[in-house]
Amino acid sequence: MLEIKNLHAELEDDSEVKILKGLSLKVNPGEVHAIMGPNGSGKSTLSYVLSGRDGYTVTDGSATLEGVDLLEMEAEERAAAGLFLAFQYPVEIPGVGNMTFLRTAVNAQRKARGQEELSAGEFLKVVRAKAKDLQIDADMLKRPVNVGFSGGEKKRNEILQMAMLEPKMCILDETDSGLDVDAMKLVADGVNALRDAGRSFLVITHYQRLLDHIVPDVVHILSEGRIIKTGGPELALEVERNGYADLMAEAQA
Amino acid sequence: MMPRAKLKAQKVEAAQALLADRTLPEGGAWITKARNAAQARVRDMGLPTKRDEYWRYTDPRRLTDAGVVAGALHDTKGEPLVFDQIDRIKLVFVDGVFDEQASDPLVLDGVEICQLSQAARTDLHWARDLYGSLDARAQSPVERPLASLNTAYATEGVLIRVTGKPQKPISLIYLRKSETADAMLHHVIRVEAGAEATVLENGPIATRFNQVMEVDIADGGTLHHIRAQGRDHERVGSAHLFARLGEGAHLKSFTLTANGALIRNDSIIWLDGAGGSAHVAGATVGDGAFHHDDTVFITHGAPRCESRQVFKKVLRGGAVGVFQGKILVDQIAQLTDGYQISQSLLLDENAQFLAKPELEIYADDVKCSHGSTSGEIDDNQLFYLRARGVPEDTAKTLLVLAFLAEALDEIADSAFADDLRTRLEAWFERRG
Repeated sequence: MLEIKNLHAELEDDSEVKILKGLSLKVNPGEVHAIMGPNGSGKSTLSYVLSGRDGYTVTDGSATLEGVDLLEMEAEERAAAGLFLAFQYPVEIPGVGNMTFLRTAVNAQRKARGQEELSAGEFLKVVRAKAKDLQIDADMLKRPVNVGFSGGEKKRNEILQMAMLEPKMCILDETDSGLDVDAMKLVADGVNALRDAGRSFLVITHYQRLLDHIVPDVVHILSEGRIIKTGGPELALEVERNGYADLMAEAQA
Repeated sequence: MMPRAKLKAQKVEAAQALLADRTLPEGGAWITKARNAAQARVRDMGLPTKRDEYWRYTDPRRLTDAGVVAGALHDTKGEPLVFDQIDRIKLVFVDGVFDEQASDPLVLDGVEICQLSQAARTDLHWARDLYGSLDARAQSPVERPLASLNTAYATEGVLIRVTGKPQKPISLIYLRKSETADAMLHHVIRVEAGAEATVLENGPIATRFNQVMEVDIADGGTLHHIRAQGRDHERVGSAHLFARLGEGAHLKSFTLTANGALIRNDSIIWLDGAGGSAHVAGATVGDGAFHHDDTVFITHGAPRCESRQVFKKVLRGGAVGVFQGKILVDQIAQLTDGYQISQSLLLDENAQFLAKPELEIYADDVKCSHGSTSGEIDDNQLFYLRARGVPEDTAKTLLVLAFLAEALDEIADSAFADDLRTRLEAWFERRG
């Protein structure tokens, strides 16, 4: 599904700041991979470079989605190709209704893929059903995108977008940050409901606790722009117990 | 710096030169009196110059310069005009001249409508106490000679007296068919106590225009005013809206301005009675050789009134936007609630926004706030939309409309707001 080979990236404005330094990983269809790592290891940069945010220069390596080069595409083309990034900090857009936003996004992607656009009625039916599962009420759908939403509401709104857009490859960037236990469970349930053989996930997190709810197939440890260790779910527990220091020392040895 | 006296002499001289070969239009006693007084005001004040405080950001010369006025007509490519889908009574002006053939009969329950040219021939008319009176009142503390010039020389316009609650909006449609027309329009609207009406204006008016609308809203009356100023690029003009509000009276005025080489909109409003409210809003989109100036002066002259000024401008390609907004709160106007916001979205580095917000408050128990900002499209918002698959151009249009939304939200009836929103969307889509 997603294959990243020897990815190197630096800040566009300051080529001295090299963030990804040879990152490689491969996510197969239907798999859930977790990436853990200390602050500054390059977790969020990875999500931005994959989703096409300006401000980074890829100096080496490749990233492909189902064999198609992601790095050559515009952000919106990557989305239409099936890539989805659940933002760590979902952006507030005053003046744009949540519903308008969702419908514009869904129809833009359908159009890009040569599918018929959804009519207002069809769209409404689908969005209402999916919103209900995530306990998103009508009021939240009417309000401007993320404006005045609590931390939990913003993250639920991300998952609603994911559910509506039905991507193949979902990247969750610290989706657990700012969530209490109940909100995390709700978000995790939303994600788990979307797990299927044709859809893969890359879950970026600081902490193991999210992985209790979204159980990964593979766990990677990211440090200084490289994957330093890969293992099963037990690797996340190890980090939880001992922190990253031992793993980093081990990698340097 | 030129001495004040010399500057004044030059202004007066310019007025003399402009008026030298003009004679006041013929008319009945009431209007002749008003025209004479207005002409005297112009002679006394002289013409505006860029050295005047309220013309600092906009050069008024093109609005009064002698010589041929010329500007290419804009091809609307057969697109329907704004408000076309709305059931209304239509009053059509072509290059500033009333077109009876193209207009609906001036008959509507709850309203009396009369052409200025006809009323001017009579010796007695209900508009006699109003025509030119708000223009005269508005000459202090800021001189507004263009309005007096209009009062003196305008022969076209309509006089609207709202006595009830007409079912349909009164729609003034300004078509432009000549490349050289220099037009003056003077409208008078009187909303009687407890009456309510909607007045729509749309179209480019003329290659050069000078428009005045004097509005008097009696106690408990309401006027909705929605104006779309047309898309013709090569056009210069000035429009004054004067409004006086009685006790518990309400005014909502919204203006959409797209294009125009130089468009100046002055709104001068007096809240004379307790508990009145005045909302003035504008959405502006300008591209290229575009200069647009919104100047607002709201006087709170009675307690417990509310006023809002909401102006949003989207500018690109060298377009210039100006906002000068003032809230004046008299000593008697306790419990005033005044709000003013002016914001610009600059789509490239060549666009320019100039803002001068002013508060002058003499009462001690008031709530007044004002703010002015200038910014670009937010990169985070743009990326968020693109990351969801929305193409860059569509995303930008969405964000620009979102920026303008606060101004459009000032329109009470969503049918009008939606119509204008659709026009704005098309304006951006044409530009990509």
